[in-house]
Amino acid sequence: MTTHTPHVDVHSGAHTGTTNYLNNTSGFMSWAGTLDHKRIGLMYLIGVSMAFLAGGIFALLVRLHLWSPDGALFTNEAYNQIFTLHGAFMVFLFVIPAIPASLGNMVLPLMLGAKDVALPRLNLLSFYLWVTGAALAMYSILAGGFDTGWTFYAPYSLYTNQAVISIGLGIFILGFSSIFTGLNFIVTTHKLRAPGLTWFRMPLFVWAIYATSILQVLATPVLGITVALVALERTYHIGIFDPRLGGDPVLFEHFFWFYSHPAVYIMVLPAFGIISECVSVHSRKPLFGYKMIAFSSLAIAIISFLVWGHHMFTSGQSTYAMFAFSFLTFFVAIPTAIKEFSWVATVWKGSIDLNSPMLYTLAFLIIFAIGGLTGVILGVLNVDIHLHDTYYVVAHFHYVMMGSISLAFFAGLHHWWPKMFGVMYNESLAKLACAIIFIGFNATFIPQFIMGSRGMPRRYAEYAAEYQPFHQASTIGAMILGCGVALMFGYLLASLFAGKKAMQNQWGGVTLDWMTPTPPPLENFHQTPVWRGEVYDYSTLDLRSTQTPVS
Amino acid sequence: MSHDGHHSIVIPAPGPEFVPHTVAHHFDSPVQEFQACKLGFWLFLATEILLFGGLFAAYFYFHEAYPETFRLGGQQLNWKLGAVNTTVLLLSSWTMAMGVRSAQTSQKKATILFCWLTVLGAAIFMGIKFVEYKAKYEHGFLPLFGGFEVADWFKDTHHVMKDVPHGHMFFAIYFTMTAIHGLHVLIGAGLILWIIKGASKGRFHAGYYLPVDLVGLYWHLVDLIWIFLFPLLYLVP
Ligand SMILES: [Cu+2]
Repeated sequence: MTTHTPHVDVHSGAHTGTTNYLNNTSGFMSWAGTLDHKRIGLMYLIGVSMAFLAGGIFALLVRLHLWSPDGALFTNEAYNQIFTLHGAFMVFLFVIPAIPASLGNMVLPLMLGAKDVALPRLNLLSFYLWVTGAALAMYSILAGGFDTGWTFYAPYSLYTNQAVISIGLGIFILGFSSIFTGLNFIVTTHKLRAPGLTWFRMPLFVWAIYATSILQVLATPVLGITVALVALERTYHIGIFDPRLGGDPVLFEHFFWFYSHPAVYIMVLPAFGIISECVSVHSRKPLFGYKMIAFSSLAIAIISFLVWGHHMFTSGQSTYAMFAFSFLTFFVAIPTAIKEFSWVATVWKGSIDLNSPMLYTLAFLIIFAIGGLTGVILGVLNVDIHLHDTYYVVAHFHYVMMGSISLAFFAGLHHWWPKMFGVMYNESLAKLACAIIFIGFNATFIPQFIMGSRGMPRRYAEYAAEYQPFHQASTIGAMILGCGVALMFGYLLASLFAGKKAMQNQWGGVTLDWMTPTPPPLENFHQTPVWRGEVYDYSTLDLRSTQTPVS
Repeated sequence: MSHDGHHSIVIPAPGPEFVPHTVAHHFDSPVQEFQACKLGFWLFLATEILLFGGLFAAYFYFHEAYPETFRLGGQQLNWKLGAVNTTVLLLSSWTMAMGVRSAQTSQKKATILFCWLTVLGAAIFMGIKFVEYKAKYEHGFLPLFGGFEVADWFKDTHHVMKDVPHGHMFFAIYFTMTAIHGLHVLIGAGLILWIIKGASKGRFHAGYYLPVDLVGLYWHLVDLIWIFLFPLLYLVP
């Protein structure tokens, strides 16, 4: 079938029949050795989903343990390991790679009209580095586990008698996986755009991934050298972070947060990109403030390098540094709010299709508003002194990392699922799961805001009895959330076997990812597409010509 | 690889001693391939600089905290050997640049010769580094084979650092920075050997010299980092 709109020339090539990237070759090596960005993206999707499930199970164990004030399930030592595993798995194996490496890999070259990413071998190497990092994380569990928290703060991480070196090596390797993915996407965006696809005609998902990639390339090496120094401390006692030897553990915190604050935006910017796509396509409106959203991604990327000290207001910095870090932190709220307002303005008076990707998107808009605003409160110096290391902080960053980023990931998964597999999931179950996840999520973390503001410290295995009702409410919420996620994975997997055929252009999108056959063939386009006209111009799309079922 | 009537773009070889280059299938032109790989490599070099950036930050932080330790520690290093090594690396950067130039002008023998000279420079550098490390080890300054208790690698055999606080701190930084730099020298030399192998097969010529170019950039970065390390460590300000 040939898709013609007045503005885009794409020759899909009717002669190819039904071969697509999923079935054009078969056998183990055709996947394990593939250089196709779509297959690599799919393997990443399987990998990060498994990491998410593992991290989720650790989270449920943590919540169950906290059912009673003296700890219901584990010894305190085991509890320390389990919450550390939850954090480390979720941050390093799931949230950081999830959207760029799986959906980004899948969609970015399609959106640019490219045959592949610029450096396909490097892309495959990134994947195997991720696998190696995951294997080292598993090894570290078998080798006794680690109990430092995902932050690996010195000096405790220098002294604890656990598998810190192997997990440190794992994080070092995962860092290079992340760097190479980002590097690849920057080069792809610069050099492989289709003719006519200028910077301000690129979909906003591409802008978001581009800004993310800059952060991945510029921030991650500092994490790499930091964990390398921790390993040298543990083996040779060089003393840089060790206060007994004249070193400074606060220097570790500076290094760690110099990476890990930008890392928050490595995680959240791709989520912003998905939301931009979803609000536009499912409201059938061009994005309000396209350029503002594009530039705000870059602004966030730049400002995020200047605020790391807000994690260290109680660690011992100079007062002037704290003023500066607090003040700069407020600046992050400006480009972020620009995005939120632009999305809401896009939805406003749009022709909204309340399908499951859009429901996840709307849930994101609500949860991210709460997650973002509670972060501004934490940026206030004197307030942070009280709330530091309480459940209020835990609830805040879960509203961003779990509530916002994972929901955006789910939105993207539902949005591109028909594109990736050519099948549709059960839409009624999808709506139900979205509602359960939304309710379960809020039920988990609203009680944490309350008990945190009343002084419940984070990471404690035991707590004062007065906090028990909040902890129990939170645990019940987590169980509801777990059921919602299990339901989601259930119907998504079922759709692969029993799902009905998707449409060629399931949602009536007007970006290049919807202009290829569904699922796309090996090199995406049979001829390099030529882009004419503006981005997100729905007036040009003849729905009847594109919404044909997949053959 | 060709696909659906796509024909691979082949850059012809300039002579019988060379082999043609086939542009990777997902690129539309040789220029696109060249520019994409080069941009990617510059980004990679940026990550290398940031990796060392953390070490430089640690250097300045502790130099500020223990200026006397750093001054005295710097005096324990042999600045003459350091200066010789600086000269060797600078010369090797020149031979590498000549190697790239020879590849660009399809001079196979010259490419191989200049690359060997660069490897020779790397070998001399690492040889001198070994002599220096050995001397430091004998003075009890190197965090190697020191046992796993708290900093008992720092033996300070001749008690030269006994009057300054945390005398080991300078040597910890010296060892970490120069060892990681030395690792880069070894990786760079390995890459140049790989270039020599490709060049002797005739893979690099005026139509295709990208790998030589990129390895050249890497070698210049290794050189550049040493240019900063030498004054900071051997001639402590
Ligand atoms: Cu932060």
